This record gives sequence, structure tokens and C-alpha cells, in this order.
Amino acid sequence: MLSYASKRVSVGIVTLLAASIIVFAVLEIVPGDPARLMLGMNATEDAVRTLQEQMGFNQPLISRYFSWLGGLLTGDFGKSYTYSVPVFDLIKERVAVSLPLALISLALSTVIAIPVGLFSASRRGSIADTAAMGAAQIGIAIPNFWFALLLVYVFAVMLRLLPAGGFTGWENGLWPSIKSLILPSIALALPQASILARVTRSSLLDVLGEDYIRTARAKGLSRRRVLYHHALRNALIPVLTILGMQFSFLLAGTIIVENVFYLPGLGRLVFQAITQRDLIVVEGVVILLVATVIIVNLVVDLAYAIVDPRLWSRR
Amino acid sequence: MNIWKSFLIGTAIALLPATTSFAAKTDLVLGIVLEPPHLDPTAGAAAAIDEIVYANIFEGLTRIGPKGDVLPALSESWILSDDGKVYTFKLHKDVKFHDGTGFDAEDVKFSLDRARGDKSTNAQKGLFAAIDTVETVDSLTVKVTLKQPSGDFLYNMAWGDAVIVAPESADTNKDKPIGTGPFKLENWEKGSQIVIAKNPDYWGTPAKLEKATFRIIPDPAAATAALLAGDVQAFPVFPSYETIAQFQTDPRFKVVIGTTEGETVLGMNNKKPPFDNVNVRQAIAHAIDRKTVIDGAMFGFGAPIGSFFPPHHPAYFDLTAETTYDPELAKKLLAEAGHPNGFKTTLKLPPPTYARRGGEIIAAELREIGIDAEIIPVEWAQWLDQVFKNKDYDMTIVSHTEPNDLNIFARDDYYFNYDSATFKELIKQIEATSDGPKRTELYQQAQKLLAADEPAAFLFQLPKTGIWDAKIEGLWENGPIQANDLTAVKWID
Amino acid sequence: MSTRADLRNVLTNRSFLIGAIITLIIAIMAGLSFMWTPYNVSALDVVAKLKPPSMTHWLGTDHFGRDILSMIMVGSRASILVAFVSVAIGAGIGIPLGLWAAASGGVVDEILMRFNDLVFAFPALLSAVMITAIFGPGAINAIIAIGIFNIPVFARVARGAALSLWVREFVLAARAIGKDEGRITIDHILPNMANVLIIQGTIQFSLGILAEAGLSYVGLGSQPPMPSWGRMLFEAQTMISLAPHMALFPGLAIMMTVLGLNLLGDGLRDLLDPKLRYMR
Repeated sequence: MLSYASKRVSVGIVTLLAASIIVFAVLEIVPGDPARLMLGMNATEDAVRTLQEQMGFNQPLISRYFSWLGGLLTGDFGKSYTYSVPVFDLIKERVAVSLPLALISLALSTVIAIPVGLFSASRRGSIADTAAMGAAQIGIAIPNFWFALLLVYVFAVMLRLLPAGGFTGWENGLWPSIKSLILPSIALALPQASILARVTRSSLLDVLGEDYIRTARAKGLSRRRVLYHHALRNALIPVLTILGMQFSFLLAGTIIVENVFYLPGLGRLVFQAITQRDLIVVEGVVILLVATVIIVNLVVDLAYAIVDPRLWSRR
Repeated sequence: MNIWKSFLIGTAIALLPATTSFAAKTDLVLGIVLEPPHLDPTAGAAAAIDEIVYANIFEGLTRIGPKGDVLPALSESWILSDDGKVYTFKLHKDVKFHDGTGFDAEDVKFSLDRARGDKSTNAQKGLFAAIDTVETVDSLTVKVTLKQPSGDFLYNMAWGDAVIVAPESADTNKDKPIGTGPFKLENWEKGSQIVIAKNPDYWGTPAKLEKATFRIIPDPAAATAALLAGDVQAFPVFPSYETIAQFQTDPRFKVVIGTTEGETVLGMNNKKPPFDNVNVRQAIAHAIDRKTVIDGAMFGFGAPIGSFFPPHHPAYFDLTAETTYDPELAKKLLAEAGHPNGFKTTLKLPPPTYARRGGEIIAAELREIGIDAEIIPVEWAQWLDQVFKNKDYDMTIVSHTEPNDLNIFARDDYYFNYDSATFKELIKQIEATSDGPKRTELYQQAQKLLAADEPAAFLFQLPKTGIWDAKIEGLWENGPIQANDLTAVKWID
Repeated sequence: MSTRADLRNVLTNRSFLIGAIITLIIAIMAGLSFMWTPYNVSALDVVAKLKPPSMTHWLGTDHFGRDILSMIMVGSRASILVAFVSVAIGAGIGIPLGLWAAASGGVVDEILMRFNDLVFAFPALLSAVMITAIFGPGAINAIIAIGIFNIPVFARVARGAALSLWVREFVLAARAIGKDEGRITIDHILPNMANVLIIQGTIQFSLGILAEAGLSYVGLGSQPPMPSWGRMLFEAQTMISLAPHMALFPGLAIMMTVLGLNLLGDGLRDLLDPKLRYMR
């Protein structure tokens, strides 16, 4: 187990390093000069040159990569070109929006999906099952930004119950902040819930077909009792895997939905930073997201290995 | 069932917007579209910086008033020498920066020398080009000597880029702006809002508002919703032209359509064939129906222009009749230029709505006369790089929002690649002439020359679409510069 | 299984039937758009802007007075083209890589899998945004951005399916008579995994439609005057209080296309590979 774990961790670290090189190299070839963008149309050439020097663009690429990497390791993500504040602080502020958003939609999708999946599995083949799974098919097919637009139309434009966008900040009260996260979380949660409901249903059906369940039924336990006490626990393993994958997806997948609702989250930050050529911010956010994906996958892998020892003994 | 019902009612009440109190309010939330990158107007071109700090946080020797006139600011008066080269500024006394340090002639000398120095990253270094020396006479008197007389000098010193900063805080103004104005920065939540509060130690007429919040709302739909819900009480430049009509019929709001300095043009690369041929440029101008562009892209807001000059300026001369919409004439001109079947070209469009939507309409209109313009959307960074700096473009649409910028057509190396000795001579004369009928005459000659040469197709003047609560007074109706001067803003009952 | 039984299966598989019908309708609509649309989508008529659905314009008009039904018909081309080519790229590169890894095993396999991990570690949409930001927005770059992320998907599926086939008796038999690995891959492995690949292709196709819509929505997909569903939604956003029909119909078009493809994929899975029925 230990050697399997250490192998997975070292693979994760190598992947992360490779990713950092890719991110840095790719962003270096982005056309457009941040210094000129900051100074605008009337700027003189020598003002632009002076600013480029102040921003450290005249140093060689390799040394800039290593000083960036070294900074990352010590928690120093560099200083934003446009805002001239530490990138880390910017990310911290934005995570305070994106993380709750991702968590709320994750919770929402779980709360909706697992009961629906259970219900469908327990009434397999019934009209209710067909209807629920049909709804899930539609949920998967709906683009989340379109769903977001429809929500805005109904709840913000027609009913005027919830804000159409923007975020007032946590320090201006919990309720207004949560209010502005309601519609975005629903928009994000719907497709996730649909996938999750399908996975829950099918993995339950798989488990229900296993021998030990049949034995339990043969021993006279009620169908309901078997479903909740024996099948559900075992069926949850694949469900948890999907949940783990969804979390990193949600964190990154908020980009478009954050754009619909103009929420100052990570997605908007990186989107804005790309257009403003604030490359150091883009690099920081991307590497952070990549690291999250790698770590979540690692944790899921290791959790799997603990549950299912065959995985690591085989290798 | 009852519990469910009372829960619903409770939620509905909680969701209702809070009712306003009856006492006259002293705080205001304004919506702005773009977040400034930082708050130092002397180190960046972004108009969003001036929209927060101009006249509110930072002040210059002079300032621009609501009608575009030059008014005294930190300098209470000035004297111009007879040869027109030496300005002697008399400064206000007892002025303090927000950090408590005193303001005097040394700060003026420091600011002007810093802006024009070698290490300067001032985006408008050209404003200071006329300055030869800056000397302090005494602690409240500054003498500025020019290389040659300049009719625009006092105007130039009123720009946001020419505000006076203190040596102690100059390097940290981006994040912690320290000026002399009636407001100080209280708090900046990046990506969300900027809050300024009344400066109790202000030297001049104190502000009437205690607090003003600039909330950043880039999305037009969200802007509409925020105004309707009362989350934002004023949108000095409302971004959603399509929803203005619904505010015009709502008595709670005042809708003020003013003018700006933004001449919106279809820029053409005058050195690149086929745009080096004046007939081609004229053909393009005649192929464009300004009314359709304004109706389609701007929902009817914006005044058509026939040359590069703002209609509200006293020296404006209406030349829109020179390039009326006439596709037949356009085709004839194209044929004369040797392109009877049109040609293929490109149209690079920066992000603003006026450019993206206007570009789609213009491309469709150009197709009618056989010109196939491929639309290439670019971000500002790419636009500045490709179009502005490297002149790697055929056509583009952009609004020139700087005030007093007729002279860009006289610049060598400007992205139009327009080169006219006659025009340059006119600009030289204008710059050496102070206000009066002579200057007006020269301005009009320059406008006519541009309308004839058509280095760019002139489309419309960008409107200032202000919407605010009907109980607010003192916001600017027009935008002679991009600023939200809050010094006189107040709530009335 | 006899052909008759196959046919009966096809006709009783609800997912497959509904999916096939929807997909066919979309395909016919896209094909028809090359020959006929109710209105010309490149002609603007600003006077008739933002008209709600009516007898003259069944789905209403947009902010430039263009007919939305015609726009949706022509817009289907961009969606289908981008999704199809990006699947082709992913399959064209990913499948050979996966087969190679399965056939050689060892270091090649390890490197390929680590490469897969690397690509999967990048949030797909964010990376697509970066790619189009670098190379500029447009259909071709959208295809590349989406296609890159299809490569590891196909590589992984092909590798997994091939590995399970390599231990089967008929493959071992082929090996026993002296066929080399390349030959076996082409003669025995590839034909026997076609089902799995077709199913995955359908799924990636529908994901491609969604991705193209997302990229166009943020302005990075195909460019005007060529209409696209995602961009129509972007334009609709600011007009939502004036003309909600502008937001409704393009979204429905995206949803129906994706739904049709997903149902088709599910149905195909049931028909072609009953073992995989509950996997997604």
C-alpha cells in the first residue's frame, strides 16, 4: 500500500511540474504586450519601454520560469501586472466566491440526485423511473449558461426575487451574498445532478444484481431494507468517485456561469486576466486549478485503494 | 400546509428590497462598467481610473468643468507672460494631502518633472512636451516656462494624467491613492466595488455626500436589474442601450443622454492598397448608412458625424451631408478606383458593443457594394499590438474618447497611416493660436479637409447615457472628459 | 443473433429510436440550410428588430432584424462542423495511440498514460479559452481546442478495450500462428472494438456541441456573419427583458441536438454492447 501510495504521489508531482512548464511556455507566446495595454493609445514608446523594464520583461525566459516556480513553492504567486497587488491575495478573494459556489452546487446536486437515483432504482421500469431518467437526459443536454439565462429571466426579470448578477461581498451581509449565489448554483447543479442521478441508479442496479444481495433477499429481508442497508452503501463508491471528479470540474466549470452572473470568482478573474494580458495571474490560477485536479484525483485513487486492496496488490 | 405557506410568505418578505429611510441620504452607489486596473491616473491610460479618482481623489493645477471649460483647481489663479511662454501659477494655501502631509509648490514641481522625466510611465507624456522648465518661486508660486506658446497648455494641465501627487506617496498611489481631493479612498474590493468617503479636511467646498460606492457591473443585463432593484442609484454611463427606453418611461429615474468626446470611426489603413485610394475610402463612406448603424448598434443613441469633431464643440461644422448613404455612388466610386466587383478585406473589431455590433452592420452594408470584409474580433491587447502599434490591419472600428484629439491625424506613425502636409500645417497653426474666431476658422478648415480625404469613415459621436434616481442632483450630463465628478452631487427630497 | 432479431431490438429500443429521429431532424435541418432558409441570414433589417414570434417570422427576429429560425438552421452547421471535426481529430490521433500503448505495453504504455493524466489535469474549458485567446477566436481554433481534449479520451477507451481483447483466445491463436502485433491490431483488435468506439464517438460528439456552444457564447467560437447558436445566446443575454424569444430558441436547439445524440448513444450501447448498459 505504501509503495503504491508513494508511486501515485510522485507521479502527481511530476505531472504538476510538467503542467507548470506547459502553462508558463504557452502563456509566454500569447500575443499582446501588457505594458502597452496599461498605457493605452496615446502612450509614447519610451514610456512603454520604461514600464516593460519595471515589470521585469527584459530578463531571460528560463530565469523568469525558475523565479516563478520558486515563488510558487513558498506561496508567493508574484504580483499582478494590472492590479499591482500580490496574485495570491487576488486568488484568495476570488476563491471566497468560487469555492462556496462550487460547494453549494455540489451539495445541491447530491441532495437532488441521490434520492432520485434511489427512487428510480427501487422502481425500475416504472413510469416514474422512466420519467426521472428522461428528465435526467434533458438535464445533461441543457447547456448550463442557457439554463442560467432562463433562470435570470424567470427569477430576476419576471419575478424580481433574486439578483440577475453581481456580488456584494461577504462582509456586506451573509444573506445578500447567498442570494446572489442561488441562481448560479442551481444552474451549475442541474447537469451535475442529472449525471449523478443516472450513476446512482445504475450502480445501485448493479449492486442489486450481486450474489450477496440475492442471499440477503433469500434470507427474507425486505426489498426496502436490502436497498437501504446493503445495496446503498456499496453503490456509493462509484458515486463518490464521480463526486470527486465533479468537484474539480465545478471549480473550473464556473467560468462561464460566473460570466453570466458577473460573479467575481476565479473563472472571471482568469478570463479578465487573459484579456488584460495579466499573464502572471493566469499562470497562478491555472496552476492552482491543475493542482486541485491532481490532488483530488490522487485522494480518490488512494481512497479506492483502501476500499479495494486488489488495486494495489495487483501492481 | 400552513407551515409551508408561512415559510413562503416569510421568504417573500425577506426577499423584498429594503425600504428606504426618509431622511435625505448622504450615500450613493454608482454603477461603472469597467474596473480600473489601479488608481494612479499618472501611470495608466485606462479611463476607468479617471472615472473614480478625477476631481474626487486627485486634483491638478486646473480642472475641466461639466461643460468642458477649464477651471482653476489647486492653482487659484495664473498669469501668462506677454510672449505666451511663461505661466505663473498661484497656489491655494492650507491644502493637505489625504495622509496629512502639506501641499506646496515643491509638490507641483515634483509632479510635473516626474511626469515628463525619463523614468516616467505617464500614458500621456505628450501633454507635458511643451514644458521647458518648472521652477518654484516661493512655497505657493510656481513658474512654468514653455518651449513655445501653446494654446492648449491650461487644458492639458487639467487632464487626469497631470494631477498633483506627493513625493511621499507617488510610488504607492496605484493601491493607496493619496491626493488632495474632497474624497479619500476607503476600500477597494477587487472585482466588486470601490468605496470613497468624504475628506473632512478638504481645503475647498466640502462634498455633500458622506460616502460613494462605485460598483463594478460590466454586464448590461445586470446593470438594468441593479438599477431597477435600487441596488445602484446611478449609472453615469449606462452600458445597455437596448433597455434605456424602459427607464425613460419610469418616473423614478432620470435619463440624460449627453455627449462625449468619443468620435467613433471606421479606421482604414491609408497606406495599404486599396485604401490608399481616396475613391475607395469615399466609396466605403457612402456605402455606410449611419442611421442603420446607430439604430442597430446603439439602439438609436449617438449623433452622426461627418468629420472628426464633437458636435457639442462651438467650432463644430456639420459635414454629414458630404458622405450620405448612397450605394450606387459607392459602386461607381469603386469602379473608378479599379474595383468594379469589390474586393476582399478584413475588419478588426475590439471588444466594445459599438464596435462588435457596428462592425457586423457595416460588414453587411459593404457586402452590398461587393466588398467582402472578414470580421476578426480582437481583444484590446491584440488591437493595440496589431492595429495600433504595428498597423497590421485593413479596417477597424474604434471610438477616440480623448478630448481635443483632432491632431491625431497629423501624427506621423499614427495607425491611420494618413499623411497630409496640409492637415499637419493646419494643426500647427491651431496649436499656436489661442481661442477666438481665428481658431474656429482653422478648426473648420481641418474638419472639411478630413471629410474630403476620408482617412477614416466617420460614424457617430458616442453618447453619454446617464440614468440615475430622479432625486439625485449634480451629476454631469455630458462627458467632456471621462470622469464622475461627485463634488456637487446630493440627494434632494 | 439473426438480422430479424437485430431489427426487432432496434425498433423496440426507445432511446435509440427517439435519439435517431431527433438527430435526423437536426441533420436534415442543417442540410436544408444549404439550399433554403426562410430568410437570408446575412441581410440585416434593423427596422424589423426584436419582433416576437409571428406568422411571418415563426421564431421572431433578433436585434438586427434577422429571422431567428433561419439563423438557427444555418447555425447548426457551425455546431456540427466543429463537433464533428474535433471528434475526428481526437479519434484519429487518440485511437492509434491507445492501440499502440496496448500492443506494446511497458514504457510506451506508461508514457502515454502519464501524458493522458497531464491533459486531463487541465480543466478543459479553461484551456480551450486560453488556446483561443492565444491563436485568436474562430471556428478552426475552437476545433483545435476541443479536439486536443478528445485525444486522451479516445486513447484511454481504445487502450482499455484493446487490453481486454489481447487476452482473448482468438488473439492468442493469431499470435500462435506468428502474426506480428501490428497485424493483429489491424485484423483482430480494431474490428472488435468498433462498437465501443462508435458509442464513445457519439458521446464526444454531443459534448463537442456543448463545448462549441460554450466557446461561442463567450465570443471565442465561429465569427459573424456566420451564425452560431452559442453567440445567438450571448446576443440574447442583454436583451432578455425585451426579447426573451432570442434566448429561448437557440438554447432549445442546442438542448435538442445534445439530447438526440445522447439518446442515440445510449441506444447504440444497449444494442451493440449489452454488457456496458449501466456504465456512463
